[in-house]
Amino acid sequence: MTLSFLAALINLDKPGVFLHWGVIQISLANVIVIGLMVAVFLLAIFIPFDRKSRRR
Amino acid sequence: MSTTKDQTVLDQEEAELARQWTGRIRRLLVDALPPDKLLPDRQPSYLSSWIYIFGALTIGGLALVILTGTVLALEGPQWWHVSSIGLFVNSMHLWSVEFFFFFMVIHLWGKFFMAAWRGNRQLTWMTGVVTFFFSIGAGFTGYVSQTNFDSQWIATQAKDGINATGAGAFVNALNFGQMLMWHIVLLPAAVVALTGLHILMVRHKGIVTPIEVNGTEVPHQGTQSESDPS
Ligand code: HEM
Repeated sequence: MTLSFLAALINLDKPGVFLHWGVIQISLANVIVIGLMVAVFLLAIFIPFDRKSRRR
Repeated sequence: MSTTKDQTVLDQEEAELARQWTGRIRRLLVDALPPDKLLPDRQPSYLSSWIYIFGALTIGGLALVILTGTVLALEGPQWWHVSSIGLFVNSMHLWSVEFFFFFMVIHLWGKFFMAAWRGNRQLTWMTGVVTFFFSIGAGFTGYVSQTNFDSQWIATQAKDGINATGAGAFVNALNFGQMLMWHIVLLPAAVVALTGLHILMVRHKGIVTPIEVNGTEVPHQGTQSESDPS
């Protein structure tokens, strides 16, 4: 199909990937989302908030 | 003097009006949230950090969830499973939820690490906590309301989990009608109402001052303009 480039970047039509670490079992997708949340949290804290454009 | 009412009669009427419940509630609300506190023009300068954006981003996520959910409810399951627009709106609903939770968790972490419950803001924090749990319930009932094999699988697994907690007498994940009504009536109403209360509490208290680095506690001021150091 010519529009196949619009499909998901990752083939989701198969069983999910799970990570195991002792009693801890978590899907790779959840690990990625948690990692992204930590990354955005840190960016929100360390990227300066532009105050020049907000006169005050 | 004889044509106008006696001053003591006027005073009596005044006192009677002041006792009425409409006036009492009005004064209570206006005192708690005067218009310039409800919709302020200025905020303290310590708010110029991206971390303060995440509450508003969460509102945005919630608005999209409600909007796309309303369209799904209008059109029904055949539409969202089969038509391409339906699949699109269904995806929008899922992804809005993903962003809603994504932003809510970052918001929660931010408020946790700045101990934003200081200065009598415990009701702000607790409405947030309860909203978080109700949102999880809304997400769960949504997963079992999809009307596909996924939702059947999730419901049969979840009913064992819920029975193990003893809550099975009240919540039956296999009862589709119950799950759907929780998902599209009760839980959205609760999340929206709690969010409204949460935001009114934020306005009522004003944004909490930052934690002092050298250990001395920053005094908590009543209004936002007073606590504005700039
Ligand atoms: C539906 C989910 C939520 C929405 C829409 C929401 C929205 C907001 C908004 C707009 C603000 C003010 C702006 C800001 O500081 O970001 C705020 C403040 C706050 N939020 Fe939330 N919030 C939600 C969930 C939560 C949760 C889960 C918690 C923590 C358990 C929480 C705790 C707080 C606290 C403590 C404040 C007050 C900060 C202060 O007074 O300085 N919120 N929220």
